[in-house]
Amino acid sequence: MDAKARRELIVRRIAREFKSGDVVNLGIGMPTQVANHVPEGVTVLLQSENGFIGLTSAPAEPDLDLVNAGGQPAGIITGGCFFDSCTSFGIIRGGHVDYTVLGTLEVDQHGNIANWMVPGKMVPGMGGAMDLLTGARKVIVATDHVTKDGAPKLLERCRLPLTAVGAVDVVVTDMGYFEITPDGFLLKEIAPGVTIAEVKAATAGNLIITPEVKVMTA
Amino acid sequence: MSSKVTSLEHAMSCIRDGMTLMVGGFMVCGTPELFMDALVEKGVKDLTIICNDGGLPGKGIGKLITNGQVKKLIASHVGLNPEVGQRMNNGTMEVELVPQGTLAERIRCGGAGMGGFLTPTGFGTVVQEGKQVIEVGGRPYLLELPLRADVALIGGHRADTMGNLVYRQSTRNFNPPMATAADLVIAQVREVVAPGEIDPDFVHTPGIFIDYIVKA
Repeated sequence: MDAKARRELIVRRIAREFKSGDVVNLGIGMPTQVANHVPEGVTVLLQSENGFIGLTSAPAEPDLDLVNAGGQPAGIITGGCFFDSCTSFGIIRGGHVDYTVLGTLEVDQHGNIANWMVPGKMVPGMGGAMDLLTGARKVIVATDHVTKDGAPKLLERCRLPLTAVGAVDVVVTDMGYFEITPDGFLLKEIAPGVTIAEVKAATAGNLIITPEVKVMTA
Repeated sequence: MSSKVTSLEHAMSCIRDGMTLMVGGFMVCGTPELFMDALVEKGVKDLTIICNDGGLPGKGIGKLITNGQVKKLIASHVGLNPEVGQRMNNGTMEVELVPQGTLAERIRCGGAGMGGFLTPTGFGTVVQEGKQVIEVGGRPYLLELPLRADVALIGGHRADTMGNLVYRQSTRNFNPPMATAADLVIAQVREVVAPGEIDPDFVHTPGIFIDYIVKA
């Protein structure tokens, strides 16, 4: 699979997690694409942390007063609503967001995540990520299994500065679907064409393999 | 009751070197650009700016940063304006990064007479450094302190002459809390109407928080 197909597998798999009525906040990058693959018949409400519920794609003629959390033109569904940043983060911190989907630099077997800075290189700021990780009911990480250089991103302990401690529930990569458990990364589903030996070789943290492992489908 | 509508010149005459300013907006959506241009022209310096982000190159507070007028920036995200990172690295501007929800709530506390609040956000990260950890119900929280400013610059849509404000769509963001948390609050609006023309049920920022209205 090429990079595009691998990422499509990840976002399609995540999109199948939701049920109708779930409030979902999607991070920038690969997580944003999850919105395009929510199964027919399932309607989720997308929260945009800059201040509204009901995020959708921008109309043909965008309105400059309506942007998403990346500052790009956006739209709002019929029945959506706007609010200020205090209410927005009350929604997030208060457990009113059912799922957040975020990308990452590193994630570890304890559910710790590091995705906001690389000291000396990249310090963009955490934006709303720390609040989302702490407050969302379920945190799903969408990531390539290894870095561009082939180094594992699923680690025993994160090395970069953390965004949140013990916050991650599920990690979906191009190699599989992993649940964070007290004993490490539990492989629930394995991507088509990938062997367990390959997953083991590409993962630095403790990996739990059971006979119940299924094939991950888009 | 006298009108709060004033000239841009008069409103900007209240802003001096070394002041702390809150500037509304999120990635410049809802930022009062009229005031940004006026402050560049006025050339006030050594400002501390509290804003969600670092603006964009040539837009929002990005204009003040490019012009070297900002001594310190308190924001949650600065990645979309590369100049912030450059100035941070070469030491010409100090940057304090605050989680977005914590920034909003610190401002709310500043305007609501509260001594701070407890949040789980940032526990176990560098955000925790130097902060008191308080356990409530067995869960650790960080004590975060209030933020206030000398002047808040607000980007509104419509106001009546008593200062009652309405925002439009996602321009609202940090504007309502900031309007409560500064000694002087100045709002830019696109339209000024007579009292009564905005339904009291649909006022977003009560007029008592607003000192001056400037029509863009």
